[in-house]
Amino acid sequence: MKKLTGDNLFRILAASIAASAVFILIVTAYTLTTGSSLVLQRFGTNFLFGSNWNPVEGREAFGALPYVLGTLVTSGIALLIGVPLSLGIAIFLVEMAPKFLRVPIGYLVELLAAVPSVIYGLWGLFVFRYWILDYVEIPLSNYLGWIPIFSGTPFGLDIFTAGIILAIMIIPTVASISKEVIGAVPNSIREGAYSIGATKWEVIRHWVLSYGRSGIFGAVILGLGRAVGETMAVSMLIGNATGPAAIPTSLFRPSQTMASLIANGFLEATGPLEKSAYFGVGLILLLVSLLINAAAQVMVTRVLKVKGGAVEQ
Amino acid sequence: MTNYSLRKFKNQLFFILCAACVIIAIIPLLSILYEVVSRGAPQLSINFLTQKDADGGIGPAIQGTLILIGLTSIIGIPVGVLSGVYLAEFGNNKYAASIRTVNDVLTEFPSIVVGITAFGVVVLGIIGSYSPLAGAVALSFILIPVVARTTEESLKLVPNSVREASLALGVHKWRTTLSVVLPAAKGGLVTGTLLAIARIAGETAPLIMTILGNSYFFQGFSSPMDALPLRIWRDSLQPYANLQAQGWGAALVLILIVLSLNIAVRVASRGRLRR
Amino acid sequence: MTTLRMSNKNGETAVNLEQVRPEAKMQSIALNAWFGSKQALKDINLTVKANAVTAIIGPSGCGKSTFIRCLNRMHELVPNARMSGQVLLDGKNIYSKETDSVQIRRRVGMVFQKPNPFPTMSIYDNVAAGLKLTGTKKGQNLDEIVKKSLQQATLWDEVKDDLKKPGTGISGGQQQRLCIARAIALQPEVILMDEPCSALDPIATAKIEELIVQLKNDYTVVIVTHNMQQAARVSDFTAFMYLGQLVEFDDTTSMFENPKSELTEKYITGKFG
Repeated sequence: MKKLTGDNLFRILAASIAASAVFILIVTAYTLTTGSSLVLQRFGTNFLFGSNWNPVEGREAFGALPYVLGTLVTSGIALLIGVPLSLGIAIFLVEMAPKFLRVPIGYLVELLAAVPSVIYGLWGLFVFRYWILDYVEIPLSNYLGWIPIFSGTPFGLDIFTAGIILAIMIIPTVASISKEVIGAVPNSIREGAYSIGATKWEVIRHWVLSYGRSGIFGAVILGLGRAVGETMAVSMLIGNATGPAAIPTSLFRPSQTMASLIANGFLEATGPLEKSAYFGVGLILLLVSLLINAAAQVMVTRVLKVKGGAVEQ
Repeated sequence: MTNYSLRKFKNQLFFILCAACVIIAIIPLLSILYEVVSRGAPQLSINFLTQKDADGGIGPAIQGTLILIGLTSIIGIPVGVLSGVYLAEFGNNKYAASIRTVNDVLTEFPSIVVGITAFGVVVLGIIGSYSPLAGAVALSFILIPVVARTTEESLKLVPNSVREASLALGVHKWRTTLSVVLPAAKGGLVTGTLLAIARIAGETAPLIMTILGNSYFFQGFSSPMDALPLRIWRDSLQPYANLQAQGWGAALVLILIVLSLNIAVRVASRGRLRR
Repeated sequence: MTTLRMSNKNGETAVNLEQVRPEAKMQSIALNAWFGSKQALKDINLTVKANAVTAIIGPSGCGKSTFIRCLNRMHELVPNARMSGQVLLDGKNIYSKETDSVQIRRRVGMVFQKPNPFPTMSIYDNVAAGLKLTGTKKGQNLDEIVKKSLQQATLWDEVKDDLKKPGTGISGGQQQRLCIARAIALQPEVILMDEPCSALDPIATAKIEELIVQLKNDYTVVIVTHNMQQAARVSDFTAFMYLGQLVEFDDTTSMFENPKSELTEKYITGKFG
């Protein structure tokens, strides 16, 4: 039997406190599953694949599909716009910027992450949405409104605006990880490429980015994870639609994500079934988020292995 | 165009595009700062900062944010730091590895999910009503994994020779950890903790269904409470321009708190952590 | 004495016209190089004869790697690196404002100390990489050129059935020959080699030394080596550098049998280095 020394007590104490992480995980899982049990028992898989959202007693219907789609579409837009921007920033900082600019610009990009989501929402609601409306949505609607994804009369609170704000918000994450990945590409590869007469752009495009592609992909997936979980800014800019009307059909129509649904509607929920429906959406959101982040972890650990194997032959 | 001049052109075009990406990303930041300051500053006054809503102030919101920071720190910092201590000093085993994985998973939890969890546990369960404690619990769930990770990383940076020197003098491990290692990692611990606090100070989603919001000052642990992020959110949805303007004022106060914490961290760690 | 004022990347230098040697493939004139404030090369005047192997020897830190990196403008890729003076290729200064480093590097190829084949590309693609950049498409002779380059680098027989293997999936010696093939594929005029054998075993080293002697029929070779015996075996001309300066330059036999400087003699006989 181990002696009850000061060291042992301390270790046991610290170990127990560290178990708080597990405690939090279990409490969350438990609360979400018991909270959603009512709605899942009532609707089963229809909860995941149905589109109606009707709390009226006697005609209840709860389906999370529109919000899952809304989450995917807004996150997709965020990646489409945010990833190229982030890569451009990462390349600029590692390969192009003069030394004195690196720290200040890197810092400014990091500051983007420090701004609280609700303030992005506030700015989006009163300032940015009008820029997007006047300079992007209205012209697009006028000239290309016949294309389904540009249909509808835009008024600024829609999937498009929410997606773009998300793009801005994931830039710090994707850019900083990409920066690390690009910086870790061994110089010997760049030298080899320069020595056969490649231009800087060619060195980056054909060699640096391809060497770092796993890591960059991991960064993208982590950005996706952040976009999926983002709540406030999206809830303030996405137009707050519910039910089948929330299914994303056009960029210029209002919609809803899983997170924004909960933020916008949880407090008004009446009755155990409706409250349970929100827990259900929360559960789906959590599972989606965990899946994405697990995928990112796999990608990032693969980078470390690939790098070791390829270089140390 | 010859192949060579095409390549040169692409090269230059590429430079310009990358620089453009930087500018495009920084414009929103500058715009946000500009708008918050220009729209929020006119709101600032002693009255605004100290009076309750009915008297035209955001006093309850500021008080609420400070109370939340305090409560969350009391609950979360000891737990997070001790977890980090365990992982760094005793953490070479499977148990610790699984704790680390769980911590990493927890940092990715959407904050709204944390909110409804705290709602279920505290508002429906332990306390039975909207409560500042529910908000603090929710924020702690976010704070603890982050502080645990930064604590572990800071402690790992302390060279082993420091520990060995102390142990060689016959000092017990627990004493070594508390009196020698922790102080040596003080800088990293402080910056990590401050950054985590700055982050939770700005969180809104977990507060929606835990503290609910209130137009009056703190009314006890079984009543709803206000906080700056909630106030900003509520005001932004108001149809009246004067109320919206108050939201900008609250935003300015919140940004000042968050940014000063961030800048303090930057200044404090200058020179220490050369990236 | 006629002098000519020529301006280059880092300002003007007066050049004594009589110094320009017509038979030189490459020539450095008053070449100085710095890393920040630390001077690595001091006033190097060196002539590299065409279709010959010129070896640069000297103790660690004497500047020999820095020197050859100035010959293909790789030195300037290091942050804070500076140079002054001129480097002539066929009589024209490669540092003049109108010259593009990209084009110089096609004419002056390089093989590095640690073999660095591209890990994300196959053997075939490694060799073809430079050609693809300049627009040679797959059909047009690309296969031909890749085969010829690998043959010239004496690697073809060993890899001809495995061209799709990744560039790093072969032994160190083979990787280095792959890098040589990669450089040769562009039909450069000069091949620079920075201690190409120092990371290789003796058998691989011997193979590459044989290759170098053959290469001089078609190319001009400049090789940096810390191994004097290698310089004696392989080169026609040898330059001895010490602390950033060119101490002696002569044809190899004369340098090793009859060194003119005491310092050279000390180095060659192993008294330091």
